[in-house]
Amino acid sequence: MHEVAPNPYVSLAYLVAGVCFILSLRGLSSPESSRRGNRLGMVGMAIAVITTLVTHVPVQTLGIVLTGPGGVVAAGPLFARIDLMAVAEILAAIGLGAAIGLTVARRIAMTAMPQLVAAFHSLVGLAAVLVGVAAYLNPAAFGIADTVVPMIGQPFAVIHPASKVEMGLGVAIGAITFSGSVIAFLKLNGTMGGKPILLPGRHVINLGVLAAILLLVAQFAHGQEGWPFWTLTLLSFAIGFLLIVPIGGADMPVVVSMLNSYSGWAAAAMGFTLGNTAMIVTGALVGSSGAILSYIMCRAMNRSFVSVIAGGFGAADAGPGGAAAIDRPWKRGSAEDAAFLLKQAEQVVIVPGYGMAVAQAQHSLREMADKLKEEGVRVKYAIHPVAGRMPGHMNVLLAEAQVPYDDVFELEDINSEFAQTDVAFVIGANDVTNPAAKTDKTSPIYGMPVLDVERARTVLFVKRSMGGVGYAGVDNEVFYRDNTTMLLADAKKMVEEIVKAL
Amino acid sequence: MTFVSILSVFVLACFVGYYVVWSVTPALHTPLMAVTNAISSVIIVGALVAAAAAGSPGSKWLGLAAVTLASVNIFGGFAVTARMLAMYKKRERPGAAK
Repeated sequence: MHEVAPNPYVSLAYLVAGVCFILSLRGLSSPESSRRGNRLGMVGMAIAVITTLVTHVPVQTLGIVLTGPGGVVAAGPLFARIDLMAVAEILAAIGLGAAIGLTVARRIAMTAMPQLVAAFHSLVGLAAVLVGVAAYLNPAAFGIADTVVPMIGQPFAVIHPASKVEMGLGVAIGAITFSGSVIAFLKLNGTMGGKPILLPGRHVINLGVLAAILLLVAQFAHGQEGWPFWTLTLLSFAIGFLLIVPIGGADMPVVVSMLNSYSGWAAAAMGFTLGNTAMIVTGALVGSSGAILSYIMCRAMNRSFVSVIAGGFGAADAGPGGAAAIDRPWKRGSAEDAAFLLKQAEQVVIVPGYGMAVAQAQHSLREMADKLKEEGVRVKYAIHPVAGRMPGHMNVLLAEAQVPYDDVFELEDINSEFAQTDVAFVIGANDVTNPAAKTDKTSPIYGMPVLDVERARTVLFVKRSMGGVGYAGVDNEVFYRDNTTMLLADAKKMVEEIVKAL
Repeated sequence: MTFVSILSVFVLACFVGYYVVWSVTPALHTPLMAVTNAISSVIIVGALVAAAAAGSPGSKWLGLAAVTLASVNIFGGFAVTARMLAMYKKRERPGAAK
């Protein structure tokens, strides 16, 4: 049986773990304090795990049976001893997880970080479901049930209705996190096409399923039967798939942030079941973190959260006037021209996009920046919030290429500087530089904050070919401006040639 | 703990989370997601409770499976965050090195 009156030191230990997690996120306010923050997170986790291991040592109860002439006289528990086999199993489970986790963390490419995070989210979701089901099967162990001894028959456990609500919601959120993250992983990994898959009447189906899940939670809390619990678990797995499948690849940064939030709420719901401070604090932190990141991503794309969730963005409809505009005149330049322009410049602002990461051009790009700095050119990087595939992705990719983080600026901080910039070097980005977002009310990206690259004296635009359009499927006015020179080539090759020419 | 005291902790933690997360620099949003992922695996606490309890073999094995999944996340999440954070370098001040 679970201890009746919890030891105050145990509760304090979980509280300390929760505080460590808060300080861990606080550390991320600057790169200098971030490494200490991460270590504090590990300390908090160690405290939580060790406290649980120590207070929940698996025990084996050894019985004693007294036999007399007439058979069994008395039987009862005599003493408990540590169940070493069960301890070994738990430690083996932790060890196995650690081996897999550390191997993956060491091998993963930085470009694949969004997929990795989605995969990790799915694990949290699945773990939440498993814990919820385990609590349902063995409520006494979680201290959420009263044992009822009826007049006739076996004593049985009755789970508190409030605990059932928490369990039901925890399992539902966990299952949605799991299946949604699996779809997000497949889309980000390219295993599944980025195009949204639209089922007819999907809004009605989704809302219906969500309502059914809530009704089943209520039914589960009030009744004694098990079927509402199992049904709601299955329905939650299904709704996770249904919710994410219609969302296009361009909106994946929002989806990953949203699932981050869900994994937090799932942990919080389980924390309510167990009355555990560390889990509740963590759940609230992670839940708000994911929600805020989703909000930031939505704002950066000028899209409402509801429209992202409803899905369908990035479907195959061509942008207005996209095809007609291709015939307009534009200027093509060579690597030598670019090198000449860059060398003459006083200030160069590099605008990287996901295309740069796909071409693996970040290292050559940093080489180019180093060469320019030797020539006395000021080099800065301008990052749009949605430049990568997840929040802050581009910053990590540049950091990997050893670009100092104080050369890297966010949109709000650098946008006013383009007017004093000699060369804006756009590489692998497109939609985030499109002035149509400021002027053309009919454009699908109208209202989205963009980098004002066209204000620079010269714009060098590295792009694979003229035909392709960005994620949003719209043509970019910048290509045809007098001060723009198009550098048509693979991003990496082009940058390498510029480095050679410098 | 009573439900209301648990709820109080939860609501206050949501506010703490709100202010703490807004103070995170945008450059570190990817590490933020990786580290929140690692700490949300504190759900391992529930998994350990299930895995350690006697009385239901089904519950125990589900608990062990959840312990494994959460451990992948904890070790993987913190390790990958540490790997990312180690890459963030400040600009070398000209003159300082020479």
